[in-house]
Amino acid sequence: MSSDKTIIKKLPEHIDRLSEEALSLIDNIVRETGLPIYQDPKTGAPMWLDVRELRLRYVIPIKSIEEFFKGLRDGVLRTTRCKECGTIYFPPQPDCPKCRVRNMEWINIESEGELITWTVINAKPLSFSHLKDYIVGIVKMPQGFNILAWINIDSHEKLTPGMKMRLKIGERDPEGYITYWFEPT
Amino acid sequence: MRKVAIVGTGIAKYGYRAEATLAEIAYEAIKEALDEARIGSEDIDSFIVGNVGSWSSEPLPAVLIGEYAGLVPKNGIRVEAACATGLAATRTAYNMIASGEADIVLVIGVEKMNESTTPQVVELIGRAGNYFWEFQNFGMTFPGYYAMYATSYIKRFGVKEEDLCEVAVKNHHYGSMNPKAHFQNRITVEQCMSSRYIAWPLKLYDSSPITDGAAALILASEDVARRITDSPIWIRGWGYANGTSNLSKRSDYIGLEATRVAAEMLYRRIGVDPKNPAKYFDVANLHDAFTIAELMALSDMGFVKKGEEHIVVREKQTYIGGLIPVNLDGGLKAKGHPIGATGVGMVVELTRQLQQRVENGRQAPIKRGWALAHNVGGTGHYVFTLALSVDKP
Repeated sequence: MSSDKTIIKKLPEHIDRLSEEALSLIDNIVRETGLPIYQDPKTGAPMWLDVRELRLRYVIPIKSIEEFFKGLRDGVLRTTRCKECGTIYFPPQPDCPKCRVRNMEWINIESEGELITWTVINAKPLSFSHLKDYIVGIVKMPQGFNILAWINIDSHEKLTPGMKMRLKIGERDPEGYITYWFEPT
Repeated sequence: MRKVAIVGTGIAKYGYRAEATLAEIAYEAIKEALDEARIGSEDIDSFIVGNVGSWSSEPLPAVLIGEYAGLVPKNGIRVEAACATGLAATRTAYNMIASGEADIVLVIGVEKMNESTTPQVVELIGRAGNYFWEFQNFGMTFPGYYAMYATSYIKRFGVKEEDLCEVAVKNHHYGSMNPKAHFQNRITVEQCMSSRYIAWPLKLYDSSPITDGAAALILASEDVARRITDSPIWIRGWGYANGTSNLSKRSDYIGLEATRVAAEMLYRRIGVDPKNPAKYFDVANLHDAFTIAELMALSDMGFVKKGEEHIVVREKQTYIGGLIPVNLDGGLKAKGHPIGATGVGMVVELTRQLQQRVENGRQAPIKRGWALAHNVGGTGHYVFTLALSVDKP
């Protein structure tokens, strides 16, 4: 993996670039006028430009589903099945609300499913704005649950409902961390 | 349970409100509602603020608005249920009066979305599903979630994108007669079809805008309502349900199960035949965050058969004079979707419809005196349904 692919560089650099533009704008305005006030380009209304920036990056517990991530490293998608009632949970979770017990086993998810529906994300969230438009689909898996993930295909126009999809696991460009996606079989 | 009436309504101008703060927009609506009810802030027992926030700078909107509107030290809290926040807030206020805890409660729905940039707002709403499993790796967006339903619906029923655009055309038609609406321009199917995709197959004109706005209601117990007004509108009944956090766990992608459950609950409680609700209601506001949402709501609420929504819309059966007039204020599509205000704004609109005092050209004929509101949070994550009536329940 080359260093220019890492999450540490790719996304923050992109967002920093956008943020820096705003920051230098504030600096210039403060230098010229003494206050961080500018005219709204659409309406001309005076606006106070926030001089504080809120940056949030969560740390998310995964201890109870660590097997899922070990599976990703091994190239297998895994999820939990209740040993009492047999219910399969995807996304995996350690508790079965039907039995009110925490007694799960890990099972491997079968690699082929059928496409139910899909979309193309054209207007992207800020934290995905460094990427090209991507296709997201929901695929029905033979073990009785659905998975939402990206679909790797050159054009969404080739997709049809019921189309056979194969689950893939690997490092995803451009950020380089391991995740899962679908491809037509 | 005590009966609860609406005795005052207020609505701020919806739109891009660069000149006004969250508290100022809220007060625009509060002032109008207090004026209508001819009461003062001293008469309010409690207030409920419907606001989602995070795109706007103030994290405690209830105390901010309480101070601005002269309500301190009266108790007010923020209620949140995504895009269904407005009806969730209204229901909270309703329960306070119905239970006997309070006699007069002020409901305020407010949102100031334009304090953040569009990519930031897209990010924040996109996270409003299941953040870890559907946003973190896959960057879903709010239009993207509804687009999953649109694709499935279009493929299943042989519907065209033009059919979806018909909903936008209708809502802009009525929005053009609503001076409080975000968009007051009429559009054509061709204009809608030529707008850019935001989440294929949904286009910009299939989508509700990012809107600043506020709406307010004054709810009162029967005794108080009788003293304040001779034309109260009564809260007839409620339905509500939730859907799964993960979109992957939905049973189908051609309708919202939470809407079906909330509709069934409401109709059972107020004695409406679920096979023919159009017979009971003069007018309805159905949650049209996207054109596909209004289409699906028509069948999920029981007005038409699943798969025939687009035919009914094409035949103009959702205009005044049709089977059921829908979103005569312009809906979320044209009136705008200031998230926390939306449901409260629906109730303001329907109250005024039942009192026959909305603008010419968009007033429904009021025959039976019943109106229906349907407010969805997220993509069927929360649903509230509400019936209002001229006659006391």
